[in-house]
Amino acid sequence: MKNRKAEIISNRQIAENTYEMILSHDGTELKPGQFINIKLEGFFLRRPISICDWDEKTITIIYKTVGRGTEAMKRYVSGGSIDILLPLGNGYDVSDERIGQKPIVVGGGAGVPPMFGLCRELVARGSKPLVVLGFRSSKEMFYIEKFRELGLEVAVATEDGSYGVKGFVTDVLSDSECTSFFTCGPEGMLKAMDSTMGRGISGWFSFEERMGCGFGACMGCSCETRYGSKRICKEGPVLEREEIIW
Amino acid sequence: MVGSDRTNMKVELCGITLDNPIIPASGTFGFGREFAELYDINILGTFSFKGTTGKNRFGNPTPRIAECTEGMINSVGLENPGVDGVINEELPEISKMFNKSVMANVSGFSLEEYVEVAGRLALQKQVGWIELNISCPNVHRGGMAFGTDPKEAARVTGAVKKALEAQSSDGGNKPLIVKLSPNVTDISEIAVACEIAGADGLTLINTVQGMRIDLKTGRPVIANKIGGFSGPAILPIALGMVYRTYEKVKIPIVGCGGVSCPEDVLEMMMAGATGVQVGAANLVNPWICQEIIEALPSQMKKYGIENLRDIIGGAH
Ligand SMILES: Cc1cc2nc3c(=O)[nH]c(=O)nc-3n(C[C@H](O)[C@H](O)[C@H](O)COP(=O)(O)OP(=O)(O)OC[C@H]3O[C@@H](n4cnc5c(N)ncnc54)[C@H](O)[C@@H]3O)c2cc1C
Ligand SMILES: Cc1cc2nc3c(=O)[nH]c(=O)nc-3n(C[C@H](O)[C@H](O)[C@H](O)COP(=O)(O)O)c2cc1C
Ligand code: FES
Repeated sequence: MKNRKAEIISNRQIAENTYEMILSHDGTELKPGQFINIKLEGFFLRRPISICDWDEKTITIIYKTVGRGTEAMKRYVSGGSIDILLPLGNGYDVSDERIGQKPIVVGGGAGVPPMFGLCRELVARGSKPLVVLGFRSSKEMFYIEKFRELGLEVAVATEDGSYGVKGFVTDVLSDSECTSFFTCGPEGMLKAMDSTMGRGISGWFSFEERMGCGFGACMGCSCETRYGSKRICKEGPVLEREEIIW
Repeated sequence: MVGSDRTNMKVELCGITLDNPIIPASGTFGFGREFAELYDINILGTFSFKGTTGKNRFGNPTPRIAECTEGMINSVGLENPGVDGVINEELPEISKMFNKSVMANVSGFSLEEYVEVAGRLALQKQVGWIELNISCPNVHRGGMAFGTDPKEAARVTGAVKKALEAQSSDGGNKPLIVKLSPNVTDISEIAVACEIAGADGLTLINTVQGMRIDLKTGRPVIANKIGGFSGPAILPIALGMVYRTYEKVKIPIVGCGGVSCPEDVLEMMMAGATGVQVGAANLVNPWICQEIIEALPSQMKKYGIENLRDIIGGAH
């Protein structure tokens, strides 16, 4: 783990209540599904935000404005800097053999960002995941084209039916022929994913929890699993399907 | 460690010399591992590890954390590997990365549990002090119940002291530091009761009870509803309690609550603290203790302090 003052390269609105921030990066190795923890001026605790995408020189994050911290974050301007801890969490292991040839990647709302970096890494390894994204409405949609630019088929569900299929990701999804799945989004969606997907299919779920530290020191984020207590910030946020106790 | 020039940061806590007074507080430093990856933790005076109970515990349901202005609320509920896990797994790990005495933070739900856990941990070679946490606000029936009544506080302190003394010949009679709760009318009254019952030192303070409500749901943010408030916002509360208690007891006080910079350390010591614990600040800036230790000598020089120990209680 490192502490960096990352330069803000850009910070712009990309959908309703949704912002994309690009930060300078020092090349530290990152994994899809990992997160950074951001210190905002005037707030005591850091804000955990998933790494959406990265290259040698930049890190991209996408955040929804849901409270005072993220509201303050949207006012940060390019040229300024921001104090971050990174990389945090286990992330997805794209070399896992159980992923197979036809993984499905499912993201909902604020859970969509980490799925982009994941898809890019999966594509780099030669697999072609089917992407299913869920949003409340077309106004809150983002990155659909970016996923398509990776050469992937993208299905979209909106709760109000303003784009794609009306309903939830599970209304679009079928588990036929898929070899594995990855998912990140609201807990209700994660649960629905577990009940929709055939029992034998391997799956990886990304969880959220309120965090004190984000690096394993405070036990603020613990979660009971079949293999004992795990810290969402350290042994998570990605948990394997078979270890999750719903 | 002697700082630059002639500044001396050494203090003595219950017969053990600390290179400096800085001690990461229990529950904010785990068992040291996460921090040892970031800096050499041997620069610390010592550290207090996570509150340990008789059996391993998962702790309270989540959410366990809420943010406040200049602070946070936690309701972890003493998640820990239990005394067996600490002795068999954590202490061997600690010995690999830390070559000083460590402070063992002990919790319990009954007098017997406190006695057993404290006794067993005191027999461990690397344990330098037992820090008896009779002030945890996050567990029902136990913890703070012992820390809010002078009679109960004296009873548990006395019982643990007796058990420690009984294992003197095995090297298990380690100094007993009792950690007190601020959630009382007069903390110095409890402090005096513990001193009379045999405490060798006191840590002041544990977290202050508090809560936050989520306006979107209209419900408390943390699952346990009320938790323990800590962080920079509570520094004045801790200072006041250390100051008042210093006038009433002769045993050393470890000051804790809201410390996040070298100036806070000096204030805490002037109020009467011999050792100074840093808690929540570690969670936001994991290098904070290293930064404080490095910056202390220049702050000492700024205020004309040569020996840090000379300022203990200096504000009285
Ligand atoms: C591992 C992880 C990855 C995340 N990735 C993203 C992402 O890529 N994009 C995104 O928009 N959001 C993400 N979140 C959620 C994001 O952390 C919260 O939306 C954000 O902290 C809210 O801050 P606030 O000050 O605006 O809200 P407030 O409600 O004012 O925050 C108060 C406190 O609660 C915490 N908090 C509030 N909501 C959450 C939450 N859902 N999860 C964890 N802590 C919360 C805050 O960090 C803060 O400490 C992620 C959360 C986690 C745990
Ligand atoms: C996440 C967290 C966990 C804690 N766990 C313990 C514990 O196990 N035992 C204990 O005696 N105190 C525990 N405390 C209290 C701290 O040790 C300290 O007394 C308190 O936080 C005040 O100091 P601060 O303001 O510097 O944080 C905990 C505090 C926090 C924030
Ligand atoms: S947030 Fe502190 S251990 Fe996970």
